[in-house]
Formats: sequence, structure tokens, C-alpha cells
Amino acid sequence: MRTRSLPLTAGLVILTAAVAAAVLLSIAVGTRGLSPVTVLDALFHFDPGNPDHLVVRELRLPRTLAGVLAGVALGLSGAVIQGATRNPLADPGLLGVNAGAALFVVLGIGTFGITSVGGYVWFGFAGAAAAGAVVYGVSSLGRAGATPVKLALAGAAVTAALASVTSALLLTDQTTFDQYRFWQVGSLTGRDAATITQAVPFVVAGVVLALVSARLLNALSLGEDVARSLGQNVPVARLVCALAVVVLCGAATAIAGPIAFVGLTVPHAARLITGPDHRWLLPYSALLAPLLLLVSDVVGRVVARPAEVQVGIVTALIGAPVFVFLVRRRKVVAV
Amino acid sequence: MSAVEAVAAARRRGAVRARSVTFVLLLAIVVVFALSLAVGDFPVPLGDLPGLLFGQGAGRAAYVVTELRLPRAVTGVLVGIAFGTSGALFQRLLRNPLASPDVIGVTQGASAAAVVAIVLFGAGGAVVSAAALAGALLTGATIYLLARRGGVHGYRLVLVGVGVGAVLTSVVSYLMTWADVTLAQQALVWLTGNLNGRGWDHAGPLAAALVVLLPAALLLGRALTGLQLGDDTAAGLGVDVERRRVVLLLVAVALTAFATAAAGPVAFVAFVANPIATRLVGGARAGLVPAALTGALVVLLGDFAAQHLLGAQLPVGVVTGAVGAPYLLWLLASANRAGRM
Repeated sequence: MRTRSLPLTAGLVILTAAVAAAVLLSIAVGTRGLSPVTVLDALFHFDPGNPDHLVVRELRLPRTLAGVLAGVALGLSGAVIQGATRNPLADPGLLGVNAGAALFVVLGIGTFGITSVGGYVWFGFAGAAAAGAVVYGVSSLGRAGATPVKLALAGAAVTAALASVTSALLLTDQTTFDQYRFWQVGSLTGRDAATITQAVPFVVAGVVLALVSARLLNALSLGEDVARSLGQNVPVARLVCALAVVVLCGAATAIAGPIAFVGLTVPHAARLITGPDHRWLLPYSALLAPLLLLVSDVVGRVVARPAEVQVGIVTALIGAPVFVFLVRRRKVVAV
Repeated sequence: MSAVEAVAAARRRGAVRARSVTFVLLLAIVVVFALSLAVGDFPVPLGDLPGLLFGQGAGRAAYVVTELRLPRAVTGVLVGIAFGTSGALFQRLLRNPLASPDVIGVTQGASAAAVVAIVLFGAGGAVVSAAALAGALLTGATIYLLARRGGVHGYRLVLVGVGVGAVLTSVVSYLMTWADVTLAQQALVWLTGNLNGRGWDHAGPLAAALVVLLPAALLLGRALTGLQLGDDTAAGLGVDVERRRVVLLLVAVALTAFATAAAGPVAFVAFVANPIATRLVGGARAGLVPAALTGALVVLLGDFAAQHLLGAQLPVGVVTGAVGAPYLLWLLASANRAGRM
């Protein structure tokens, strides 16, 4: 084990540097190209009279932070949900989080006339929390508690039920659908600093929960019986993991819309590097995901100038081929 | 009672239960089928149905029943059977309750092709169906080729399917934001799964496909019990794992493709049919037939509710999730005996 930890630590350092570089890139690149010097100036010696500095502070910085927060949250929640359900097909939206958020956002647009992204955040988060609670509640009924199979099935069932209601609302209300389709695709544009600040405490809480759950996940991944015989309190461990996923994915969906793909695939890519140990897998996922999200967002700004391609689309177009390549090339590592 | 007798008795009980569940499902399908022929803006008395169906009777009632309601109901049953079977095949072959054509890319292939046809070419009807069919089959083939590397490992196939599905989903999302909102909403109706205006030209090709695919699924599906024990065990039991799995997956993909071409990807049917059937029958002995019948019942019920209970003419896919999902949740919540998951 010790022989593996040195290269893995080095990898983490490199990844952190890569994320930092992506952050700078994301601040510098756009319709108005900025030099790295201007970017650093705007960050550390802010001059309110300078339009370049305003662009950095008011537009690019919140957007980049949104990407980092959503990325960290999706990467971690994906790794946790796959470990906790022991299912490679589990995505962070599995607990009904995305479907709940989507339904509440549609209600927010249609019933309460919300039009701003900042207004969606609380609806998204409330929906995510409600759906997560229902899924966990239903699957923990019965003697065996919230087993992975029950969690997965209950999550998918709640997702389907909520999605039905959502599409019924969308099909009967064209105005709402017109707004919703732009939220649904997943995007980082138009997130102001206030929106981001609201989400920060949730992401921080979720990250703490997720990192706490690393050891629990290692035990759970051996199967329920082994975990129990190792002295693990299995129901509590599952509850911690579910909480982490709901908080993180709820925050990410509130910030960026439902981009479940990131949470589904990044942990697989990370697992190819780290192997099954969640103490390494979680930090790698937490860094790889924002890297993918930020780079995709920058690419989306550049490829279709002056228009933009939403980050949700670019993420899939860049991420999926890499993912398929990785899956093909390496011997698959089971969850 | 000796152990052997106990096992034999338990098996008999299982078989009896499977038979009675199948019978009840069939009965329910017949009832809902008859209701969906009889109920509507132009009500037809249930007693008149046999006469109308078998040629006696002319005029408005005959037209409404045989030309409008019958093809729609038949398409619903066939689509449900196809989705139910294909979902059950995917879930059992890949030994994953989350596997279904919606998860591993096949449905997304059909959706992307259909949305391209609707949004870019303003197509409708048969063109969209053909596009969906081609899209699903092409995607299935692509996933298979990409996942093939010294044999198709089930896990790798699923992950490749997820990746391919993600690309196609993003294509759909992009087209939906790019298109005019009215066209996008039309595409959304298709994407939800819809039986409105389905005639014999939809039911016909699907029926022809099912005549070939269902017997294949049922015959080859006998190996499923072996395959479910894991590749090594199945090989040890004498099952040619690789070939069986590939052929069965092809059958499942084709079932999805034809059903999607007829009615769009009716939400959730493929996913929900097998878990419901398994829980009704109790245990792993549920064959493909209960899953297929559950699928048909969910679609029929969903379409009936969409047409008559909700007022507006909503597409069936809006309701299948709302019908199937709570039922599955109830089954999950009420199954508190150990061993039933």
C-alpha cells in the first residue's frame, strides 16, 4: 500500500495544479480575451473603473466558481453513490435528486413566475431534498433497511414518477417549457456572486460528509455482512452516504442544472487511476470533475463564437469519448 | 418431511404462484383492453364489442372501434410486451436492476435520430418511426463494436453504453434548445412516448417483429437462470455464455428499437416491468412472460388514464411513470420479509 501512496499523492498535486490552471483559463478566455496579467490584477488589485476588471469580477469569477463548486460536488457525490449502492450505473441523480429539482424548478417557473437563475436555486435545492428524503424513507422501510438494490429501485421509481409530472406540466405550458429547456441542458452562465455564495455552505457540508464516508464506503464495498463483521454500523454508514449525495448533488443541480453525466463517469475514470480505495478515489473524483467541467465550459465559449454551447453538452461530447476510450483500453475495475 | 420433499414442495408453490400471477395479469390486460375499446367520446356498450370486432356491424361504431381504438390498443399491448421483455432481458443479462434500454444508450440512439428528424427536417409519422428504428439499431451496433475487445464483458458493455448514451443525450438537449419552441415541444411529446393517432401502420411492423423476436427471446431466455449465476458458474453449467449473451442482447435491442419506432420511448416501462413481475411472482423464478405482460398492462393502463382520466390528451409516457413507479415503490415498501429484497 505504501508503494502506491507516493505516486498517488504526486498525482493529486498535479491534478490540483491542473484545476488551478483551468480556473485561470476559465477567467481569461471568452468573448473578451484577457491576458493572464490582467486576470491576476483584477483578482488581487481590483480597480472598479477598469472594464476588464469588471468582466473578471462580475462575470467570469462567479461562473468559474460555479464550475468548481458544481464539479467538486458532482464528482464526490458520484463516487459516494456508486460506492454506497455498489452499482456502476448509479449516478448522483439516482436518489431522485435531479428529478425533484427539475420538478420544483418547473413549478417555480410556471406557478411562481421565477425567471432568474438565482431564483431557481432554492427551488432546485428544495426539490432535491424532498425527493432524496422520500427515496431514502421508502427504501429504509422493511426489515433489511436501505439495501443498495432497494435504494436503486426506489430512486429510479421516484425519478420516473416525478419526471412524469414534470413532462405533463411542460407539455401543457409552452412558456415554461421554453425557459426550462435552457435550465435542463446544464449551464454555468448567468450565475451571479449571490447565487454562488448561497450554495457554498451546502457544498462544504457535503464535502465534509463525503470525506467522512470514505472509510465507511471501503467497508460497505465489501458487502453488508463483511462490513457489519468489521464493526461497521451499516444503517448509519448508508445514511451518512445518502446525506452526502443529496446535499452535494442538490447543490450542484441548483447551481448548474442536471448534469448527472459528470457524476456518473468521473468516478469510473478516477477508479482506473486509484483502484477501489475510496480514500484515494474521492479526492481524485473531486478534482477530475471540476477539471472536466471547467475545460468543457471554456471550450463551449470558444467553439461557437459569438454564441456559446452549454457546458452540459460539451461535457458529454468531450467526456464520453474519453470515457469510452478508458473503458475499452483498461481492464475494467469493478466497483 | 425430508429436505428433498421440502424443496420440491417449495418449487411447486413457486410454480403455482407464477402461473396464477400470469393468469391474473392476462385477465387484467383483457379487461383494460376491452375498456379502452369501449370508453371514449363515442361510448360503445361492452356487449357489442365481440360483434364489432369479428366483422358483424357497420357504421360509426364499427369504424370507431376497429379503425381508431383497436389499432391504438393493439399497439399499446405490443409496445408494452416489447419493452417489458427487453427490459427484463437487459436487467437479467447484465445482472443489474438499473440496466434497461433507457440507461445503456439504445433508447437515446432512437431519440436522437427521431429528434433530428422532427427538429431539423420537420418530419412526422412514418419518417420519424423509421429514423428511430435506424437510430436504435445503429447505436446498438456501435455500442457492441466499441465494447468488443476479446469478448464482450457485460460490465464494459454497460459502461460503453452509458458513454454513448451521454453523447446522444447531449445531442438531443442541444437540438431542443436550438429548435423553435413549438417544434421542440413536438419532439418532447415524441420523447415522452405517445400512442395518439397510432394506426395499423404502426402496429403491423411491430407485430411482425414480435413474431420473430418473442419466440427467440423465450427460447434463448431459458439460459437466463444459468447466466444470472455469473459468467463462471454459467460456463460451468454448460452454457455458451458469450454467444448466448450476445444473441439475447441483440434480441433485446431489436425489441426496443421496434417498440420505440412505434410509440416513442414510453417512459419507464422497460425499467419497471421486470422488478414488478419479479416481486409479484416472488423470487427469481419469474420468467420473461410475467415481465412482458406487466409491461403491456402498464402501457394499457397508462394510455387509458392519459386518455380518459386526465382530461387533456396527454401522451401515454406521462402516465406510465406515474402508474408504474408508485406501484413499484409500494411493492418495495411492503416487502419486509427477508429474501425478497
